[in-house]
Amino acid sequence: MTRKKMIKKGSSSSTFTYAPALESSALVKLKKGHQLFINGRFVPAADHTTMNSINPATGKLLTKFSVAKKRDADKAVQAATKAYHNVWSKMPGIERGKYLFRISRILQIRAKEFAVLESLDSGKPIKESRDFDIPLAAAHFFYYAGWADKLNYCVPGQQVSSLGVVGQIIPWNFPLLMAAWKIAPALAAGNCVVLKPAETTPLTALLLAEVCQEAELPPGVVNIITGPATTGQALVNHPAIKKIAFTGSTEVGKLIAKTCAEQGKLVTLELGGKSANIVFEDAAIDQAIEGIVNGIYFNQGQVCCAGSRLLVEESIQETIIKKLKRRINTLRIGDPMDKNTDIGAINSAEQFQKIKKLVKAGKAEGGYFYESTSPLPSVGFFHRPCFISQQSSANLLNRVEVFGPVLSIQSFRTPDEAIAKANDTPYGLAAGIWSDKGSKIQHIAQALKAGVIWANTYNKFDPAAPFGGYKESGIGREGGLHGLLPYLEIKS
Amino acid sequence: MPTIGLKIPHGGKVSIPYYPIDMVNVEERAKSFTTRSIKNAAKLEALCLAISMTDLTTLEGADTPGKITQLCHKAIQPMPESYVLGFKNAADFPAIPHVAAVCVYPAMVPLAAEILQGSGVELAAVSTAFPSGQLDFALKLKDVKKCVQGGATEIDMVINRGAFLSGRYQKVFDEIIAVKDICGERAHLKVILETGELITYDKIRLASWLAMQAGADFIKTSTGKIQPAATMPVTLVMLQAIWDYYCETGKMIGMKPAGGIKTSKQAIHYLVMVNEILGAEWLTPKMFRFGASSLLNDLLRQIFKQITGQYANDELFSVD
Repeated sequence: MTRKKMIKKGSSSSTFTYAPALESSALVKLKKGHQLFINGRFVPAADHTTMNSINPATGKLLTKFSVAKKRDADKAVQAATKAYHNVWSKMPGIERGKYLFRISRILQIRAKEFAVLESLDSGKPIKESRDFDIPLAAAHFFYYAGWADKLNYCVPGQQVSSLGVVGQIIPWNFPLLMAAWKIAPALAAGNCVVLKPAETTPLTALLLAEVCQEAELPPGVVNIITGPATTGQALVNHPAIKKIAFTGSTEVGKLIAKTCAEQGKLVTLELGGKSANIVFEDAAIDQAIEGIVNGIYFNQGQVCCAGSRLLVEESIQETIIKKLKRRINTLRIGDPMDKNTDIGAINSAEQFQKIKKLVKAGKAEGGYFYESTSPLPSVGFFHRPCFISQQSSANLLNRVEVFGPVLSIQSFRTPDEAIAKANDTPYGLAAGIWSDKGSKIQHIAQALKAGVIWANTYNKFDPAAPFGGYKESGIGREGGLHGLLPYLEIKS
Repeated sequence: MPTIGLKIPHGGKVSIPYYPIDMVNVEERAKSFTTRSIKNAAKLEALCLAISMTDLTTLEGADTPGKITQLCHKAIQPMPESYVLGFKNAADFPAIPHVAAVCVYPAMVPLAAEILQGSGVELAAVSTAFPSGQLDFALKLKDVKKCVQGGATEIDMVINRGAFLSGRYQKVFDEIIAVKDICGERAHLKVILETGELITYDKIRLASWLAMQAGADFIKTSTGKIQPAATMPVTLVMLQAIWDYYCETGKMIGMKPAGGIKTSKQAIHYLVMVNEILGAEWLTPKMFRFGASSLLNDLLRQIFKQITGQYANDELFSVD
């Protein structure tokens, strides 16, 4: 009998190729058309307009969903107002908390279904939606459930009350997680919400609507209306809305802030970033490499707090670049549904074009450009992880937010130079500091103008930790007690 | 970067880098390899590869000539080739390779050498007063010499942990060099750091570099007599040290995690890690070994599962 030898005797090397390990999408039942969620029921848009939802990994149609216009936004706000006055504002906090706990529990039970749908709709690798997005979304509901009956302890000695109906507009990079960040504190504080998911990723928010039904949340407490920017405008301009919470681009954030100022609405904004990841020569080098990779290539770099500017001490710049190149080439780019995929698809054709355009313009300014040599899938919106060095803070890729897997690298000689370079940006969302020396980390952290600072790690989140930025990165904080306050009025 | 200066016995100096390792991140990265999903053809390939990398080990006071004989035969032929004929999809079974080496105490070396001769299976002897190393140094050298003369082709020595932990790095360095001298070209030298006694990753990294600089052909985590033995994060730190040493000197040093690797699943996690840290050139029995006593049968069981779709009975394979 001759049998196939899996390995050659005394062979000098063997290649170890991982067979595809695809997550099954059978769990997800995609409807042909997804409707708006108003007053506890799924209803079509008044004029029955729909939009296409595209799978970014294939470029093919996934499903259709309703486009909400002004009339639909009116209906949603009316339903929320009614629910607020008749049910939610009268309900004791402990009862509201029970609903939030229930939503958290159902999210955990249906986690796999959510993860699969999130990856299909957004292009992010299944391992990220499975291990990051969905568990953290459930954790946010769980955390704020605990606050619902303790609101009078938020501000010691003072009384607080809810606002009424709040409008919430969320981005496409962490679709379900951003919905959780918005809805959980608003509900815990006693408000009712009308939420608008991003037009490229409405599906998990609509599945969350099903969870609200399953949890028997009173109709109208959560309403979800889908559509493009015009849907968001209808919401922002609605007179019965007391507050707008927005996460997205700085450009749109400024427009919303202006409208809210004119109409006397409260507003919180979580906007863009160009965060610095600072590596000192006394850092644990191999672990810093992981932090750099996690900082910029996590979710294809489509993260508002991405560590998109690497500042590295000159003495170790060469080592870092050498190791980074090698590491980039071990990142597996491909089908988001494959459990071994590290880098999935860019969220949309539009974002894909934007990244390509910025990279082209950035490269044209000179410097040293390097990108992964891994092959790309033949279809879908895939971009190789890359970096550019030998440029300065004046260059395009050190100034604009790319929102893609693009890292710019600069060196520094002294801590003061590192601080100056890190703060040389219109943004101030996050920063990372890598050093084995605690006192140095404390010193640098105090001097950085950024809302979130990680020491020897990056992109770590916890529902109890406030998140938000300085300067053009936004107004207000989300998460923790600080994320609850913007949904409350204080009476002293 | 801080370094430790050491004298080379016959003149000259060398400096050993001593830089920090971040515990939290190392453990996180090590865990990431366990989420890789290795299936189908890739899994079958990995299982066969793992067999060919196994150092089949018995290190008990109660070892008998009978047990050593059994172990050596099992090492040469983990499973009789015609054994699978009665099973479903028999023709699809891959050829089962012999294991990399048999690993025994010095007293068992002559017997094992006789059986293994010409088989292609290496003979590793644990030496230098394994596992504690608490013996006069001259006697440790004698121990090594005896093993090499008796036919051991690989020497698994333990470092002097007492000296290392008290900061007498020169002594540790000199001892490894002296053992390497005796091994010469006749035997490969594996240096056991006993990471379970060094505790911190910083120290493990330092000891790895020191051993490589002193002439180790392989660095090995553990004796298997101290808990914890091999772990993924410890192995990761050592693999990264091997890579950095290779970049600096051009020398490829092998890696052997030992102790605690009992299942195919664990073995595959290690292979994934080697693949992603060092690459395909290290995915060979020449450069990577598993020190294990109960891994082999689980690898065989999993191969049966892959081919026949059913788990093999525990008693199907001979004890090892």
